[in-house]
Amino acid sequence: MSEETTTVTKNFIIESSPQIRSAMTTSGIMWRVSLALLPAAIWGIAVFGFRSLTVLVLSIAAAAAAEWLMGIILNRRTLSDGSAVLTGLLIGFNMPPSVPMFIPVIASIFAIVVVKWSFGGLGANWMNPALAGRVFVFFSWTSGMNSWKLPEALNSMPDALSSATPLGTYKNGMLDYVGQHTGAAEFLQDAGYVVSQTAQNIAGVFQNTLGITLKPLNIDLFLGITAGCIGEVSALMLLIGAGYLFVKKILTWQTPVSYLGSFILLTWVFGGLPYGNGLFSGEIWFNVFSGGLMLGVFFMATDMVTSPVTGKGMLIYGTGAGFLTFLLRTYGSLPEGVSLAIILMNIFVPLIDRYIRPAVFGKKDNPKAAAKGEGK
Amino acid sequence: MVKTRTFPKGGIHPHGRKTLSNTAAVERLPFPKTAVVPMSQHLGAPAAVCVAKGDSVEVGQKIGTGESFISADIHAPVSGTVKDIITIVLPNSVRTQAVVIETEETFDESILENTFRRELNEGDLVAKLSSQDLIGIVKKAGVVGMGGAAFPSHVKFQVPKGKKAEYLVINGVECEPYLTSDHRLMLEHADEIIDGIRAVQKMINAPQVIIGIEKNKMDAVEKMEKAVAARGLTYIVQPLKVKYPQGDEKQLLKAVIKREVPSGGLPIEIGAVVSNVGSIFAVYEAVFSGKPLIDRVVTVTGDAVRRPGNFRTAVGTPIRQLIEAAGGFKESPAKIVAGGPMMGFSFFDLDSPVTKGTSGILALTDKNLDHSPQTACIFCGKCVAVCPMGLQPTKLFRLIDNGNFDEAMKLNLMDCKECGCCAYTCPAKIPLVHGFKYGKKMARKKS
Repeated sequence: MSEETTTVTKNFIIESSPQIRSAMTTSGIMWRVSLALLPAAIWGIAVFGFRSLTVLVLSIAAAAAAEWLMGIILNRRTLSDGSAVLTGLLIGFNMPPSVPMFIPVIASIFAIVVVKWSFGGLGANWMNPALAGRVFVFFSWTSGMNSWKLPEALNSMPDALSSATPLGTYKNGMLDYVGQHTGAAEFLQDAGYVVSQTAQNIAGVFQNTLGITLKPLNIDLFLGITAGCIGEVSALMLLIGAGYLFVKKILTWQTPVSYLGSFILLTWVFGGLPYGNGLFSGEIWFNVFSGGLMLGVFFMATDMVTSPVTGKGMLIYGTGAGFLTFLLRTYGSLPEGVSLAIILMNIFVPLIDRYIRPAVFGKKDNPKAAAKGEGK
Repeated sequence: MVKTRTFPKGGIHPHGRKTLSNTAAVERLPFPKTAVVPMSQHLGAPAAVCVAKGDSVEVGQKIGTGESFISADIHAPVSGTVKDIITIVLPNSVRTQAVVIETEETFDESILENTFRRELNEGDLVAKLSSQDLIGIVKKAGVVGMGGAAFPSHVKFQVPKGKKAEYLVINGVECEPYLTSDHRLMLEHADEIIDGIRAVQKMINAPQVIIGIEKNKMDAVEKMEKAVAARGLTYIVQPLKVKYPQGDEKQLLKAVIKREVPSGGLPIEIGAVVSNVGSIFAVYEAVFSGKPLIDRVVTVTGDAVRRPGNFRTAVGTPIRQLIEAAGGFKESPAKIVAGGPMMGFSFFDLDSPVTKGTSGILALTDKNLDHSPQTACIFCGKCVAVCPMGLQPTKLFRLIDNGNFDEAMKLNLMDCKECGCCAYTCPAKIPLVHGFKYGKKMARKKS
């Protein structure tokens, strides 16, 4: 027995405590986030056709190639950490289905080379690379970034006129709209925006069995049978992915909940004002499930590098993003405000992290703890 | 039953792995042929050797004197001859003198048991003796905290003037994964622990006693409840939700009495004294059978050992002997750890001796370890979320990495107790605790 014990000649590993570590790695996080985006990606390809897949593949390939090249130049092999692939995928998600193919490529390269690596690579960038890439190409090739396409299910409907996004149609239309405003769904119907047969059927089922009246347009928005960017249309698919990340404890609740919370509250209270409808008349469902909000809330604003490190900080950051999104969407000149809102809040992250600190255990300058400590 | 509690902020849930050894009853490990007894087995000043080469010593005889205020006496774990006085390095990197005792051939367990018997003392000593007498016994027996830090118990039980102990909190949490020695003690010696608690309660004159035990040891909770009820005592056995590092006294107090030990302060400042069940058992032995702290229960476990178990081991026994008792290695270990996996020390010398603070020996295989490379910090904030002290590990590490120790001190580096929650959780595998140990050392050097 002692023979065996003493003949072990292997060198034991000596390192500082803790002697064991969790299985979670940076690359594990990145690949899981990509995996969580898969349902929405498949949905996008299914409703907009094969060309969307090409856009996604091109975005990812360009981002990966840029990362690989930067790795060679800087002698840091970081492709396998999955962050570049995730950035590429998110850029693809933010492209309209009919976008000219060079745009996602440029967006990806800009995201990786300028936004990420010029600051020192993963972890050092202050701005979400995917969003920065999107905004860069959006303002550079505005018409290319507005090449919308209706899903097949809607295209085949009679009377389909507008192929722009519901949010865009609504906002542009409202600019010179005179008359009584009754709601986004009604307005869009007047503007020639059609709803899918599926949504009508579902609305019918709800009406007949539960007595709940749902607007078919809102069902289309939730399911993702609508015009929009490849990855952003289906709230349902994005929620499935987000749910997976919550279970895996990659997503924390603070940013999404505060973002959605402040956006919903502001939309509900003030969202009706521009249409002359008074307070507390904003349309929550339409605003939450249209455009890129779901993608932004769960997958863009929650980017770890560019969001605060403390829970309290995340609440401030999320609330701010919700406020800015509301402001840009309701009063800005563009229909969409999620990307800019998040990038603006990215700027505040270092400030938030500097001043928002967790309460140190047992510190006197932490009045709450001191009071509790002395409480009898 | 009492409602389960826990501490509110931070903490992690590592895989417990306690089933490897929690059903193995404590066995007495054969005495070593040669015991190497270090003089620094506790926090504070090392004891001064008070025997010479060639002396013959009896089991329980004092061989090292704790002369400073914070220090503890060291006793001979076996009867035999002092062969040498050497300098060794312990697994926790402490360099210390050690007395090498060659065990008498005739020395065995019956001699130990006859030397220290409960019957030798008469009546209820807790009632008979004064609190100062009891503290004197604890001091003479060299009892130290056996949960890890090994703080001399007689110092802890001497409540400073002007302070009052309202609570005696017994730490039966054993939150470190793998370790089961306290669990086994509670199952096998509940009555003795109750007597030990009574003694300590008298020493510190605390009206209330709470015994904190995590819910993964419900059998121990029941056992202790029964033992308390059988004596008609009013001690509360408090089940706790499983969460690391609940066994840290600050987290334990927050969980059971909802008070926060002030930064840099001691539990007595919020009216509490915390003692680990292992130490309580040592107090029991000291008071009721006159036995100094010369042995302890050590959990020997990990996937690399053949027969994980819990062993009552004489201080000074080479760790190699423990591993042999656990059936040797069934596969070659990648890492050997003294203590628990979260705060224990990895070491390489299997001839290192067991000390008063050795709660466990882990032999981890390659599969138990994570070899992912270190990557850049992505500011995920997980370290901030799990820090039970409310620190910002990511920021502290960057400051220390840049040599900015003053700024790190301002951000409460000294409140870090190296529990390892941050480094365990970090997906970028940044050696955070390593950095904080270094930062504290450098900051102390500068001041």
